[in-house]
Amino acid sequence: MHLKYESTLREPLVDGVKDYHQVTEDIISPIEAKPGKLWYVGFFISLMLLAFGAFSVTWEVYYGTGVWNLNKTIGWGWDITNFVWWVGIGHAGTLISAILLLFRQGWRTGVNRAAEAMTIFAVMCAGQFPIFHMGRVWMAFFVLPYPNTRGPLWVNFNSPLLWDVFAISTYFTVSLLFWYSGLIPDFATVRDRAKTKLRKLLYGVASFGWTGSTKHWQRHEALSLVLAGLSTPLVLSVHTIVSFDFATSVIPGWHTTIFPPYFVAGAIFSGFAMVQTLLIIVRKILSLEDYITVGHMEAMNKVIVLTGSVVGCAYLTELFMAWYAAVPYEFDTFYKYRAAGPLGWSYWIMMTCNVISPQVFWFSKMRRNVAVTFVMSIIVNIGMWFERFVIICTSLYRDYLPSSWSYYRPSWPEVGFYMGTFGLFFTCFFLFAKYFPVIAVAEIKSVLKTSGENYKKDMEQYEQQSAEEFEAGLHHDDHHHDAHGAVAHAHHN
Amino acid sequence: MAVKNFVVASFSDEAVLFPAVKKVRTAGYKIHDVYTPFPVHGLDHAMGLRETSLHTAGFIYGITGTTTALSCMSWIFNSDWPMNIGGKPHFPLPAFIPITFELTVLFSAVGMVLTFCYLCQLAPFVKKHIFNPRQTDDLFVMAIEVTAKTNAEELKTFLASIGGQQINEQRVEAGWWFGRFDREDRLFENKGVEAVNA
Repeated sequence: MHLKYESTLREPLVDGVKDYHQVTEDIISPIEAKPGKLWYVGFFISLMLLAFGAFSVTWEVYYGTGVWNLNKTIGWGWDITNFVWWVGIGHAGTLISAILLLFRQGWRTGVNRAAEAMTIFAVMCAGQFPIFHMGRVWMAFFVLPYPNTRGPLWVNFNSPLLWDVFAISTYFTVSLLFWYSGLIPDFATVRDRAKTKLRKLLYGVASFGWTGSTKHWQRHEALSLVLAGLSTPLVLSVHTIVSFDFATSVIPGWHTTIFPPYFVAGAIFSGFAMVQTLLIIVRKILSLEDYITVGHMEAMNKVIVLTGSVVGCAYLTELFMAWYAAVPYEFDTFYKYRAAGPLGWSYWIMMTCNVISPQVFWFSKMRRNVAVTFVMSIIVNIGMWFERFVIICTSLYRDYLPSSWSYYRPSWPEVGFYMGTFGLFFTCFFLFAKYFPVIAVAEIKSVLKTSGENYKKDMEQYEQQSAEEFEAGLHHDDHHHDAHGAVAHAHHN
Repeated sequence: MAVKNFVVASFSDEAVLFPAVKKVRTAGYKIHDVYTPFPVHGLDHAMGLRETSLHTAGFIYGITGTTTALSCMSWIFNSDWPMNIGGKPHFPLPAFIPITFELTVLFSAVGMVLTFCYLCQLAPFVKKHIFNPRQTDDLFVMAIEVTAKTNAEELKTFLASIGGQQINEQRVEAGWWFGRFDREDRLFENKGVEAVNA
């Protein structure tokens, strides 16, 4: 018997016959091998996108924000849409690594590392948009509160845009620390099995001299738990504050109290979709199907259908309140210029992708189908992009003065900027998939003997015993089979 | 830390490791450390290690962040440069909450990670002795310090009898502390085995 026992009814988290060494072998060996052709192709495309993005941004910085199609009526367009979209995507990583750790969800161990990496890269992409939207980007440091020679003129601590500065930078820092502290033991594993000098040196530096001492593990566990406890309210606060950018204004369609929970649910919804997109590709290319199982995907699809429905409820609540509040501006925004009007098409794309299509995940067959999951993950991300576009642009393009009514379509530097962030995101992700352990090796090992397929089979004999037989077996272990004494003892506790 | 002799034994299964730790401690040997590829729950208690106080440090860093945020913002808005922003109050507590919360989290997380790295002596370019390269892969490696009173040969036979493998003796400098090389670290409390298991 092992230290912990898990029912055989629960689906294994690690498929196949594995021991500790096999786990190391499966996850670390792609780092040691030369990358395949597909990797080079993907990496090259990402670099090209990144270069085009850099060109578009340089263009914008050189000629000014006037090259974007923003105007006096529509001051926020693709840039802020993309900002909110990328930040939202990041949320799934923290949800998986922090909230699911607190809830003791064992399946998070297979996907947390890649999801956290996704969080960090997504937040990096998100941060670009408000920074370059400033126009005179060399003045970006003005958002920092520091004693200065301009008065000292301080930042306005009442402003949600400033709260955003604090929220996003804290979120990025804490996610990075959480991710890296988890990576240290796994880097040590790569270091200790490295065959080449360079690899030993680089992973030696990255692993900070980790040895695996029991005391260090004890502190590491405490650190992970507290960081998870801190990240949980943090992740909720970040998108709450992003929603305050809108909710504290007086624009019809933005000025609503439902925004914080609605934004957080939407963020988790789109983030899980992005995790699915990435992991379906990663598990295939790196042959990690035993660790990122269909069971993992099903669990994430359940989160998608839940959060998608929460978002759907929010859409309907907004429509109801727009009618019930009897404010003509609010009513017109929703019924005349959102669900209808020149930008009405974007509203219906949003509704279809976010509310109607995820309902297929009520069926277990669909949740466990890899192809359906992949297609759905992309549909959801398109839908969530349109959600942000709808919120921002359909509230702005028809304002209080009909003389300033306008229409909005992006110019090429705006599109290029967005494509560039895809380049940044995937360049980082390709490097991560090649040089980092994409699955938390140590964490998989710690759940292997309770949740590994071959170990679960050994448990069947115990499940067939009656309670008395089981109890007698434990005592038998205690007295006669000394090697397992401590284990039986642990079980008693 | 000074160079010392260690008898090193490896175990391939935690079900063998736990009773072995208990027996080694009952026999009166001093376990220098057990190196494991993943966190083995309960091993710290089995070895008689004290609970970590890292949480407390995190709490202290957190309230430092809270105070920093609140005091800075109220000082700026009330005394350094009182500004009339749309007639709003100079101490708008609800508007201060988001930044106060973020700084609490930031201080706590950064402080805890730095403390963790300091306590465990982790930093880039730090190189420590690895008793067995498989201790980060699939083996649980126990290092026992050889003191003046220890009969190393007897200890090796004993370790073999309780399931240890790849038993050998190593003379190394194991673990060091920034700037304090000769300080003996007291990771182990002298708790009896009975007290731990009670």
